[in-house]
Amino acid sequence: MKTNHIQTTINGDVTEFLCNADESLLDVLRDRLGMTGAKEGCGTGDCGACSVTLNGRLVCSCLVLGVETEGAEIQTIEGMANGDNLHTLQRVFLEEAALQCGICTPGILIAAKSLLEKNPNPTDTEVRYWLAGNLCRCTGYDKIIKAVQTAAAEMRGA
Amino acid sequence: MRYVKPDSFENAAQLLFDSTGITRILAGGTDVLVQMKAEMVEPDLLIDLKHLSGMREITHENGGFRIGAAVSGAELGEHAGVNALWPGVVEGMELIGSTQVQGRATMVGNLCNGSPAADSVPAMVTAGAIARIHGPDGARDIPVYEVPTGPGKTSLARGEFITSIYLPARPENASDAYLRFIPRTEMDIAVSSAAVSLELDSKGICTEAKVAIGAVAPTVRLVDDASAALIGTSLDDDAITKLVAAVEAACSPIDDKRGTIAFRTKTAGVLAKRAAKIAYARAGGTS
Amino acid sequence: MALDTPKRDFKIVGTRVPRPDGIDKVTGKAAYGADITATGMLHGRILRSPHAHARIISIDTSAAEAAEGVKAIVTSADFATPDDAGIRDIRDNCLALDKVLYDGHAIAAVAATSKSAAKAAIRLIRVEYEILPHVTDVDAAMKPDAPIVQSGRAFESVPAGMSQNVHSHVEFGHGDLDAGFANADKIIERTFKTAATHQGYIEPQACMANLGADGRGELWCCTQGQYMVRENCAAILGIEASQLRVTSSEIGGGFGGKTTTFIEPVALALSRKSGKPVKIVMTREEVFRATGPTVSTSMDVKIGMKNDGRITAARAELRYQGGAFPNHTVEFGAQAAFAAYDLAAVQTLGWGVMTNRPKEVAYRAPGAPTAIYAVESVVDELCQQLNLDPLDVRLLNAARKGTLSAYGPTFNEIGLVATLEAAKNHPHYTAPLGENQGRGLSCGFWFNFGGNTCVSLNLNSDGTVGVVEGNPDIGGSRASISMMAAEELGIPYDKVRTVIADTTSLGFNDVTDGSRVTFAVGLATIEAARAAKNEMCARVAKLWGIDTDAVQWEDGSVKPAGPNAGEHAPMSIADIAAIADETGGPIAGHHEVNADGAGVSFGVHLVDTEVDPETGATTVLRYTVFQDAGKAVHPDYVEGQMQGGAVQGIGWALNEEYIYGDDGLLQNASLLDYRVPVASDLPNIETVILEIPNPGHPYGVRGVGETPIVPPLAAISNAVSRAAGIRLTELPMSPPRILHAITQRRDG
Repeated sequence: MKTNHIQTTINGDVTEFLCNADESLLDVLRDRLGMTGAKEGCGTGDCGACSVTLNGRLVCSCLVLGVETEGAEIQTIEGMANGDNLHTLQRVFLEEAALQCGICTPGILIAAKSLLEKNPNPTDTEVRYWLAGNLCRCTGYDKIIKAVQTAAAEMRGA
Repeated sequence: MRYVKPDSFENAAQLLFDSTGITRILAGGTDVLVQMKAEMVEPDLLIDLKHLSGMREITHENGGFRIGAAVSGAELGEHAGVNALWPGVVEGMELIGSTQVQGRATMVGNLCNGSPAADSVPAMVTAGAIARIHGPDGARDIPVYEVPTGPGKTSLARGEFITSIYLPARPENASDAYLRFIPRTEMDIAVSSAAVSLELDSKGICTEAKVAIGAVAPTVRLVDDASAALIGTSLDDDAITKLVAAVEAACSPIDDKRGTIAFRTKTAGVLAKRAAKIAYARAGGTS
Repeated sequence: MALDTPKRDFKIVGTRVPRPDGIDKVTGKAAYGADITATGMLHGRILRSPHAHARIISIDTSAAEAAEGVKAIVTSADFATPDDAGIRDIRDNCLALDKVLYDGHAIAAVAATSKSAAKAAIRLIRVEYEILPHVTDVDAAMKPDAPIVQSGRAFESVPAGMSQNVHSHVEFGHGDLDAGFANADKIIERTFKTAATHQGYIEPQACMANLGADGRGELWCCTQGQYMVRENCAAILGIEASQLRVTSSEIGGGFGGKTTTFIEPVALALSRKSGKPVKIVMTREEVFRATGPTVSTSMDVKIGMKNDGRITAARAELRYQGGAFPNHTVEFGAQAAFAAYDLAAVQTLGWGVMTNRPKEVAYRAPGAPTAIYAVESVVDELCQQLNLDPLDVRLLNAARKGTLSAYGPTFNEIGLVATLEAAKNHPHYTAPLGENQGRGLSCGFWFNFGGNTCVSLNLNSDGTVGVVEGNPDIGGSRASISMMAAEELGIPYDKVRTVIADTTSLGFNDVTDGSRVTFAVGLATIEAARAAKNEMCARVAKLWGIDTDAVQWEDGSVKPAGPNAGEHAPMSIADIAAIADETGGPIAGHHEVNADGAGVSFGVHLVDTEVDPETGATTVLRYTVFQDAGKAVHPDYVEGQMQGGAVQGIGWALNEEYIYGDDGLLQNASLLDYRVPVASDLPNIETVILEIPNPGHPYGVRGVGETPIVPPLAAISNAVSRAAGIRLTELPMSPPRILHAITQRRDG
């Protein structure tokens, strides 16, 4: 299988990698680049644990090929905090116990951030539908929805 | 597997035509990558066309819209013009998968995947949408309705692929709607579905009607008897009863893990009734 | 241990402090099962049965061995023979012995230099099968002429003449049933069926194994119990426990499903054979086909009631299939079925059955949700028919302190009545309902476990404290353990750091199950802290040159016990840490216990649903959970357990199910078609925590994690049945099933 050389920008850093044509962006992030914040819960786009943004669009990195990302801008959970300063969503998720096991948390944070960039003042229903592709099996979603709303309110005020 | 980004439609058609192994076109990838993961298909050649001219554009054309084959559901949903003209088509597309899937999935991919349950297809069919096909002999246009020929199958010939969908212009007092049934509120494949497109006269009488149903037959099915039940009416109870009966009669679904024959048939009628009322209200009808 | 009235006055326990592992988990740094790599690592992959039931005639691995990048192939021949029958079953589930017993049963495994090489090699293994007849339904499997899954596995309790698939029989109860039913004004008897469900943890099983030819091994894996993994793997690989060190990764959900081993022995065997570290990560499809779902059931429940709501007699017969191996789940179900009731005459019978399905594994209160679903459905129907308030009827019959429970023990302090009263007084119970809407409620119960527990607590030289415990933290237990240590020592929460030991760093601990961790590890932590306090008192007494009796612990300091002890300034923990080396060396406390007295837990769930009469679709409109936590150490995470359990139960009630075809193959091995609830399916889940102290814990703590999955099945079914105007008796209540019931009602 021919190996491809790809150059992208990940969390603002120009990043080069080699990958086979059938490798997903998730495989590239985890296996080639050591960025294990995006998780594989299904590999088929049904759980959202591998969520990243690709050129500003929320996607499942398991449904993107590494070879497709030439020249793309990718944002992952590893780039969400600014150094030691957590993003508001990250901090509020901790303060409001919006995670239990934490495996879905990176994907949910990336998805929630994407929502609030598009819609800073969503209704609960809008949050729930936006996050419908992010499965969480621990929390029953209640505290996640509330934390997104708390963070949204704080970010609107900030 | 080889991954190729051809520099023109002509070269893409040639590549496709010459390919001896399993070939797939990569649009949003939300079906192909899933099938690869499940080891259902292992392409020898994957052709990516997203970068070619017009593939990611929505353009105004003769009062309608031409939608590039690589336009994602999210991009379509953000387009005010298409939303205003064909809201049922947009809502069908937007029902596919999660927000994440919407960031990648395309109408053309949904169409060419050939699933009888494809959410974007019924409303394209009732809209009279036209698919533009490129192939070794150049371009040709065919109705979207003629693209799927059975589960996983299309009428495209060797070397052919779809580059855009044209949604035509429509008169005033006209609209459409699409509904599907799924067990959850999101993330499921349609168990049954219905699209309805209506044109009304100034008195709210239906002058044109198209009804299509999904997931209840090997392909999306246009139900002429259902159209006939609505034309000349203002969707009174009698017309609706006839619509439901016509839809149920047109169903030939299967029993499977997602639904039973009886359930699919019954809900297809219910969805057609509800979609017709939504389309009627959107078209300005008051009943 | 001497247990007085539990402590009720707290400074730290009961607050909502940040969890110590939180920042790693919101930044993507936390290392879960699949997140580590090793130098020279190989990738393992497992070949699985495409048949429901077949004899393995031969396995030819020669072509796979010759394939590019392949370094080792293992089959069951590479495993040892454990003494323990239960571990032998686990072994035979990890790699099939001579028969494949279900679709997805592992047969052989490959280790290769890349994922793609391992995947390619798997296809080169040639297995010759003799296909055997199969059975996947519990009632079918109990028929005398059913295909036999395994022979000779029945316990003595099973009467002669039954199918060999029936492996166990249990009976519980007391009183005169005949007299009780004769005395009833109304008797309802119904049969229920429930589908198997899956825990649905988002993290598939994953491990990294490194085992040398000398028998020394290291294993990293996501598990609910590293010691359990060590015991299983050591026995299956034929090595000594001391030679295998197991470290638990962060765990991405378990809910009981990670209380056994599937891939770990396989990875170790591949590593031993290849001489290299081997990583195995299950795909989601493998998780569904070949880890442990729940039982599926068929159940009969008969209850007699007086016109005033008093239950006169109750009987349940439970038939649970738990896959291709024996299991004990039906015993839990039979014990739990009527636990919420004070009954003069009660009997539960249970039958454990084998089928050609994957080996059942625990899922949150294993066995209880289904049995209680059947019982609470019949109670609700009696209330409807006798025109009685369902909460009043439950209060009238409620188990309380002194009740002889249906499964034998007499209850001590329990919170059922308080929980029912809280539900009755909540505005939800009297809120108006609209058309096609119905309100349902159900009681729930779980025993809660204690079990084997070790904790070490170390005083550091700067006065901070390290706690070492041995139970993987699934949902915030490091926070609650640190809180209890800080509370007991009288120091700030952030001065305590709790870590989870690997298997060589601390004595044996039972798995994280049975809602035992906050109770048992908390209890051991408090006792370890008390031991450390005693030692600190002794050190200070030594420093001051007085008897240990002459000092006392107060507000996080050691002080003279009275005027006769002399004038001494109190010494804080930091002060004492500074004098440790001059008074005898390092200061630590530890506690080892097989903890008893876990204290049962009751909950009540209230739910409003709306059913679309044209499609059978159910919308959950409002949901409130009431539960006795004994003492909520960290209320956020107690609420989280209540909410998460409720939502898993909602999924079980409405959509989740294992669907097998006539061919015995699983049809929905994906998160697309195995439908766990998504965010847009749900309302907020309101919670009301009650705190009726558990006399068995120093702070009154009861386990809280499992009870919340028990009530939703019946609560939703009761709500849907009332909304739809017809009694539903089968789970899940998927839309086709509800629409069918509504259609039948209309057609008379």
